[in-house]
Amino acid sequence: MDLSSDEVRHIARLARIALSDEETERLRGELSSILGHCQALSAIDTSGVAPTAQSFSLVNVERPDEPQAAAPVSEVLANAPAREGDYIRVRAVLDQPGG
Amino acid sequence: MADSTRSPGAAIDLDRSAHEHAAALRAGEYSARALAEATLARVEAQEPDLNAYIRVTPDEALTQADAADERLRAGDLAPLTGIPVGLKDVLSTQGVETTAGSRILEGFTPIIDCTVVARLREQGAVFVGKTNLDEFAMGSSTEHSGYGATSNPWDLTRVPGGSSGGSAATVAARGVPIALGTDTGGSIRQPAALTGIVGLKPTYGRVSRFGVVAFASSLEQVGPFARDARDAATLLEAIAGHDPNDATTAPEPVPDYTERFDRGLEGLRVGVPGEGLVAGLEDGVREAFEQAVALFEREGAIVDRSVALPSLEVALSAYYIIAPAEASANLARYDGVKYGYRFRGGEGMWDEMERTRGNGFGDEVKRRIMIGAYALSAGYYDAYYRKAQQVRTLVRAEFETALADNDLLLTPTTPTVAFPLGAKLDDPLAMYLNDLLTIPVNISGNPAVSIPGGFSEGLPVGIQLIARPFEESTLLGAAHACEALTDWRAQRPPLAEIGTPS
Repeated sequence: MDLSSDEVRHIARLARIALSDEETERLRGELSSILGHCQALSAIDTSGVAPTAQSFSLVNVERPDEPQAAAPVSEVLANAPAREGDYIRVRAVLDQPGG
Repeated sequence: MADSTRSPGAAIDLDRSAHEHAAALRAGEYSARALAEATLARVEAQEPDLNAYIRVTPDEALTQADAADERLRAGDLAPLTGIPVGLKDVLSTQGVETTAGSRILEGFTPIIDCTVVARLREQGAVFVGKTNLDEFAMGSSTEHSGYGATSNPWDLTRVPGGSSGGSAATVAARGVPIALGTDTGGSIRQPAALTGIVGLKPTYGRVSRFGVVAFASSLEQVGPFARDARDAATLLEAIAGHDPNDATTAPEPVPDYTERFDRGLEGLRVGVPGEGLVAGLEDGVREAFEQAVALFEREGAIVDRSVALPSLEVALSAYYIIAPAEASANLARYDGVKYGYRFRGGEGMWDEMERTRGNGFGDEVKRRIMIGAYALSAGYYDAYYRKAQQVRTLVRAEFETALADNDLLLTPTTPTVAFPLGAKLDDPLAMYLNDLLTIPVNISGNPAVSIPGGFSEGLPVGIQLIARPFEESTLLGAAHACEALTDWRAQRPPLAEIGTPS
């Protein structure tokens, strides 16, 4: 199992994480080794075995759809890195490089 | 709070368990405030050596202690009224910074309590602080914290385990009697083992995850750390049960978790997995484990050494696909937009977001997000993620079979005792192998507890007991019986060597 630097950069792009060249190279080795260990999975015969997403037995848990008080806007916005009035300020979304 | 306003708390014995403190508070032997002051003095004196907390919260603790004293006077009592508790810093606490050990959440102040914290608050517990952890609970040593590593009270040059290493260290060092952690792949049981205390991972769905910073949603549970089984039972009882805010909580009623405390070990059917599972054990751990099995036999348990769990060895591989996959989705929310750290001055939105995540996440978190993103990406999904989910089905079936004929399964909690700080930091795979014996239980969803199981080279060894879903009482009953039969619990770390004696 040997990932290329381009594959690492592709994964980083999918995960939206900026990596330095040094990090990319280190992660190339580390991810190759971890994923290599996980190759052990391919040796297991799982033909006809249904996948399990979680160990919990309940399905389709429902509750009554009742209105509840929303959290106060001022409290929620207190954690925002940048604000403008009652809005969160972000960079322009349209026509972005890298989108 | 200035030191001069604190009354001396040296008279309070902090070796006491929570139930002993509760009895003393009821008897008027000392006040909740005096207990909180003694606790804070001990914790703050130990912090320079342990770094068990990201944030100690003396003002909150003393306010809560005064309120607890009011309740004591009014006779309005719950089991944890006035009892000091440590809270792993993935548990949202209203008005108190919650970082999950990550720089990306620095300064984040939740506007709600998570359900488990709300339940402790209702009981009148006293919150001493937010305990240290591996960033986003990803790790087995607490070295991956964005706020410095935590040390093991038994040997300050060694790790306390992780990810809930801060909670384990402060309970073991007689800072607080009880604490909460979370367990996604062993993050309660492994640090409990490495620090010589009790740590329990409940059945998946037993305890609410509402308001808990998410890592791998299908695997993790909140659970108790304590120095004895009775305190673990009391803390579990306080947090367990259905929560309308978490659809994955079970409707099963919460029992009295001490209901099996008078049963002893006689007649218990105990399965011990065969040689394959314990092949990589350190000699000292193997010897301690064999002594524990012998103890069960001597006390009349029916020990079956032929239990086969052939898929356990690949459970680790399945875990290192499933958990990172879920993490890559859960951690997508940290984009620097709504809360936490934001990189400023990038070349537009995507660059800013990618640099926010690149700077804000530590190495281990980046590794796991990358593994998850890879395993879920086009062309690899079937070979990794779907395959891991199928292996999960096999692991669950094996536990079900093994526990059809046995009340408990017994394994060591970890293959080794606490290792030196830094020893495995440069080898992620070696770090992952620590959790070989705890991870299968997260994959299957069963409850399990690590209890003190003796010592090897002066360091604690943990024994893991695994039970059928929702049979935490069986775990705690056996744990209680073991405590009565051994003096492992009575041994304490060298407290005089930790910080300045309080």
